[in-house]
Amino acid sequence: MPVIKKKERVEPFIPTASMADIAFLLLIFFLVTTTIDVDTGIGMVLPPKLEEDVIPPPIKERNVLKILVNEQGQVLLEDLPSAVGLVRDQVKKHVLNNGVDPRYAEATDKALVSIKTARETPYDAYIQVLDEVWMAYFEMWDSEARQLGYANYRDYVAVVGQDNPIREKIKAAISIAEPDAA
Amino acid sequence: MAGHFKQKSKAKQDIPTASLPDIIFMLLIFFMVTTVLRETTVQVRTILPKAEALTKIDQKRLVTYLWIGPKKLPDNAIGETGVQIDDALVEDLSSVRSIMYRKLVEQPKLIVSLRVDGTSEMGILMDVQQELREAGTLRVNFSTKRDVVL
Repeated sequence: MPVIKKKERVEPFIPTASMADIAFLLLIFFLVTTTIDVDTGIGMVLPPKLEEDVIPPPIKERNVLKILVNEQGQVLLEDLPSAVGLVRDQVKKHVLNNGVDPRYAEATDKALVSIKTARETPYDAYIQVLDEVWMAYFEMWDSEARQLGYANYRDYVAVVGQDNPIREKIKAAISIAEPDAA
Repeated sequence: MAGHFKQKSKAKQDIPTASLPDIIFMLLIFFMVTTVLRETTVQVRTILPKAEALTKIDQKRLVTYLWIGPKKLPDNAIGETGVQIDDALVEDLSSVRSIMYRKLVEQPKLIVSLRVDGTSEMGILMDVQQELREAGTLRVNFSTKRDVVL
């Protein structure tokens, strides 16, 4: 009987000192496994499926800047061999030509850039060219935004929004060619 | 002055730690909620190319992934090019159409993130793009890493 009495005297007490440690352990696990980084990439909108009886509208040859990437990743720009680094300037010249040079586009809103690749072209080479073309548009938007008094295009978007006059004026018209047309 | 200081030093110095677990639990719950555990095992190798002209996809729930790259084989070997959607390899490319169409019905604003290995050839990507056009999933994103330009 005295044994039971002794037991009763022990205060029921759960040590909570290690509680924080357990929580820390879990916290560190979730800290390590969390990925907060957002996906980045080059956004494109594919052309809608062609209806069989609809003929695509005719486009003047001079309004299209043709870029061809071959199996070795070499670039042919308007039938002339070119380097990837030159694409950006050529695209800008083409889009901002406004009918001055007969080799480039008639007007900014009519300018098109067409990228064609062979089936064996490595994806790396294609992305490099596509990136250069997009950078040309980004730089044109940037300079437009600067003329309107913004630091860059991103600041302009933050104020005006994604559908804005700059995008209306300089549309990123990039055509990813139809494979059967190759 | 000295007496004044002595009086102050009598004050209790230990910081109450009773609320420490609560603070930690708050942090824990935050990370638990924001964590997305990788639910699929990627069966193809995708070393993404680098680019400068990037856009971010903020809305992760709109995104569905499509991997193209050489198949991973045991012993770090790589095989022929394969296409993977969700957690299975797509054997027949024409089934991309029906899979994507079903996803589009569930989520009309669907964005297909194409995670293509840099060494893959354009031919297979063209075929996949044609399938996506057939399905009507026109918003795509060529997933690339940020190219650090100094």
